[in-house]
Amino acid sequence: MKKIIKLFVLILVIFIIGIFFISLNNSTRYDTKGLVGQKIKKISLDYFSENKKFTEVDLKKNNYTLINFWASWCGPCRDEHIFLLKLSKEKNLKLLGVNFKDKKNNALKFLNDLGNPYDNLTKDELGKQSVNFGIYGIPESILIDKELVILKKFTGPISEKDFRNIKSIIKK
Amino acid sequence: MKIKIIIFFIMLSLNFANAETKTIEQQKIFKNLRCLICQGQSVADSNSEFALTIKLVVRDQINEGKSEKEIYNFLIEKYGEWIVYKPSLNKTNFLLWFLPYLVFAVGGLIIFSLLKKREDT
Repeated sequence: MKKIIKLFVLILVIFIIGIFFISLNNSTRYDTKGLVGQKIKKISLDYFSENKKFTEVDLKKNNYTLINFWASWCGPCRDEHIFLLKLSKEKNLKLLGVNFKDKKNNALKFLNDLGNPYDNLTKDELGKQSVNFGIYGIPESILIDKELVILKKFTGPISEKDFRNIKSIIKK
Repeated sequence: MKIKIIIFFIMLSLNFANAETKTIEQQKIFKNLRCLICQGQSVADSNSEFALTIKLVVRDQINEGKSEKEIYNFLIEKYGEWIVYKPSLNKTNFLLWFLPYLVFAVGGLIIFSLLKKREDT
């Protein structure tokens, strides 16, 4: 009987140490890596100026699309803008801008001042549509292919490294 | 006239009852959702942009008639299991769910057999 108790206690101690070991080595920072490989299903975004909807059918027309969530009130969006302008020159890539919880005049001024890199510009006034893309802060960008599969998700502003990464993916 | 007044009050009370259950359900869901950009706060506790958006989406889905589970599944699909405080039972965490019961059962068995042994001697 004593042997069974000893064995039971030993197994329990090993299990608890194991749990601590695994948990303490896990990063507690949230990231959306899990979304990569998923397919975008149904989307319906309002165009920025026209009374039309941008849907997944429009996305299928492009070989690659970079969906960029931005706002005029977002400081880091200014930092990434130069890379978006450079990416807008790529033939294999279309840029879809989603203006997030912004005022129309401010958004237009932002684009007038810094340039408009977007092939299509839409808006998400209440932020509800962005939940469909797993967005939790801006700027965020999602690179998808023709099949609407998420190839890469960038949280935070697009950096020089991200820019090179996107270029290498779309040239494959 | 009296019947009309009675019907009016019955309808009114039903509306209040419905509104109350909706709020309770909403609060329950908000409390079980983690605010991903806050430090240790639930969506219910936070007024961040993210929490406000999630509240809007959850309210919409409740109005569309979606169940609590369907709402959690939708958000887990978009943000991962991390968004819910109470994770669902799956193959990676089944031990965490069943271990307390297992320890309780085995511990009980050990105590029972020890007591029995003491009685016998």
